Amino acid sequence: MKRHLISAADLSRDDAVLILDTAEEMARVADRPIKKLPTLRGRTVVNLFFEDSTRTRISFEAAAKRLSADVINFSAKGSSVSKGESLKDTALTLEAMGADAVVIRHHDSGAPYRLANSGWIEGAVVNAGDGTHEHPTQALLDAFTMRRRLVGPDAGLGRDLDGRRITIVGDVLHSRVARSNVHLLTTLGAQVTLVAPPTLVPIGVEHWPCEVSYDLDAVLPKSDAVMMLRVQRERMNAAFFPTEREYARRYGLDSERMARMPEHAIVMHPGPMNRGMEITAEVADSPRCTAVEQVANGVSIRMAVLYLLLGGAEPAVAGNRTTGEQ
Amino acid sequence: MSKTLIRGARPLGGEPQDVLIDGETIAAVGTGLDADGATVIEADGRILLPGLVDLHTHLREPGREDSETVLTGTRAAAVGGYTAVHAMANTFPVADTAGVVEQVWRLGRQSGYCDVQPVGAVTVGLEGKKLAELGAMHDSAAGVRVFSDDGKCVDDAVIMRRALEYVKAFDGVIAQHAQEPRLTEGAQMNEGVVSAELGLGGWPAVAEESIIARDVLLAAHVGSRVHICHLSTAGSVEIVRWAKSKGWNVTAEVTPHHLLLTDELVRSYNPVYKVNPPLRTEADVRALREALADGTIDCVATDHAPHPHEDKDCEWGAAAMGMVGLETALSVVQHTMVDTGLLDWAGVADRMSFRPAAIGRLAGHGRPIAAGEPANLTLVDSAYRGVVDPAGFASRSRNTPYQGLELPGRVTHTFLRGRATVVDGNLT
Repeated sequence: MKRHLISAADLSRDDAVLILDTAEEMARVADRPIKKLPTLRGRTVVNLFFEDSTRTRISFEAAAKRLSADVINFSAKGSSVSKGESLKDTALTLEAMGADAVVIRHHDSGAPYRLANSGWIEGAVVNAGDGTHEHPTQALLDAFTMRRRLVGPDAGLGRDLDGRRITIVGDVLHSRVARSNVHLLTTLGAQVTLVAPPTLVPIGVEHWPCEVSYDLDAVLPKSDAVMMLRVQRERMNAAFFPTEREYARRYGLDSERMARMPEHAIVMHPGPMNRGMEITAEVADSPRCTAVEQVANGVSIRMAVLYLLLGGAEPAVAGNRTTGEQ
Repeated sequence: MSKTLIRGARPLGGEPQDVLIDGETIAAVGTGLDADGATVIEADGRILLPGLVDLHTHLREPGREDSETVLTGTRAAAVGGYTAVHAMANTFPVADTAGVVEQVWRLGRQSGYCDVQPVGAVTVGLEGKKLAELGAMHDSAAGVRVFSDDGKCVDDAVIMRRALEYVKAFDGVIAQHAQEPRLTEGAQMNEGVVSAELGLGGWPAVAEESIIARDVLLAAHVGSRVHICHLSTAGSVEIVRWAKSKGWNVTAEVTPHHLLLTDELVRSYNPVYKVNPPLRTEADVRALREALADGTIDCVATDHAPHPHEDKDCEWGAAAMGMVGLETALSVVQHTMVDTGLLDWAGVADRMSFRPAAIGRLAGHGRPIAAGEPANLTLVDSAYRGVVDPAGFASRSRNTPYQGLELPGRVTHTFLRGRATVVDGNLT
């Protein structure tokens, strides 16, 4: 595996499966009475958040703490960044404080790549979402959720998503979740179909390793998992679609549509959900919807990523059967 | 005044000739000319060109002297072989009054390295709302003929029409920065395969092409002349070609970087490649080279855009747009046009001196290398190859996309009205 996690495209199939398998080990720790591992004791993880995202930030924080790392939360609001400090100076400051890993969320696409490649810091960089570019740990937790549900927590170990048909619905143009998922799911052998109004599909999408459809109803019966993306309400004012109601009618998932999916198929959502917009409350609260499970899986995946980037060769969980040797 | 004899240079790449400079003018061109006390430069078959003329330079003074001044910018121009540059109007304050254009013009005269012809803003404050006093700028000591809101598009069709009509009174030209503003809100790079992957806001070719199409039609309708700044797409080439075939008074420029670089470079997220209009695709680069070769595109203009280090040493979204170009333009043109066989040196003289001077109606520049003409000359060692090292730039800024790249050609001497501003590659 590379030293940083910037893009899901950087992960080979074996890297990705290793992360998923490691996350499976981590998930089992969560079932123990004491959830904490000593693995990253004495290491420092900085959560550098230039964009508000409480959900992602606390997920990384919980992951680092369960691995016994010291966690520093650095949020742009109310810090020197809001007074005009540059990314470079912020990075140099964190470097001086001895950050072993920097988890960065930034409103500009490419900011984590710059942070990792400009020589400003030595530590590992984890992209926690950059602009409309990528969100690789989200894609990993999505893949993890799919593997658990569609293959099985035990049966899935060491395996990828070969042949599974995954449908991603919504604002692909502005979605870092969609970009990371297209890369990762394809690497893992899945067939991805994007469904969106043509205004919310990027020019150039024909070069992506996936199918594109404008017709949700035609794709649903052929899907093993349907991922609904959040639609920002402000998109409406930029004429991407006429009204929220029309969007919901054409691209929203209600129970009638859900009934067209195969019985085993799951509904996913990265959250936060716009109930009544891309997903109805009935679907969101149904047992087929994995939204809450995804949140729990997010902690396991982020533990696995931090462990693999920082932990080195030692087994993450002493005496766990999934490593194959004890 | 002193005399200089350039011995054995090849004017416009032709047969070796001696060129005698006496004072500010070329006294004689021929073979076996007598040195007669003149300083002799052995040219050894190097290429002699008329002093280069740039229609598109940002000198940043007044207002952003941290990135460039008229003095440092004209020194960079001389190193690049230029004897005249057009200074763009987007300074602070904007060059939208006779006072500001005269200030820039005077600073140019004081520098002594290169003639500075100020460009006047089309609209007050570059805001696109109200015509600036174009006549006053023309009547000033600066004698402005080229007007541009460069950096911003004159997007209001009525304002553009009026500007085109109004400058007919003094043979002016409107140089349009063709960028439909609504189509480029939040634009960060060329819209296409690469932007889709990188998640950077797209700057579609149609935003340039739709404005060019409108403006050539407007220019034809009112019988005026329009110049297209930094044309960057294959589609724009087609529109300009069509407009010229109609006999309309349309001219266009291309930058060196659009002749060489593509949007694939943006994958590095290195803001040194961030520029407006953005780097386009391989197919666009090919079309631009062909259009420059066949004359559809009239000239090369640098769009020299200096920025301080901190404005490029940051994340892509926060970075400024633009690249320096004066000191590397001729090398890039040799690399992309001459060494590829698309253009000979006479063609280079035409696209980098004769035609830009003619578009700007610039007296004393872009003249033939002949007795009696002003001695604005550039001597080029086309056999040289060197790696671009911004540390050695005369410009105050270092934001070049060519760092570490090996490029051919080097200006060894530049003469501004007989005075050597560059000797053996060094500023005098």
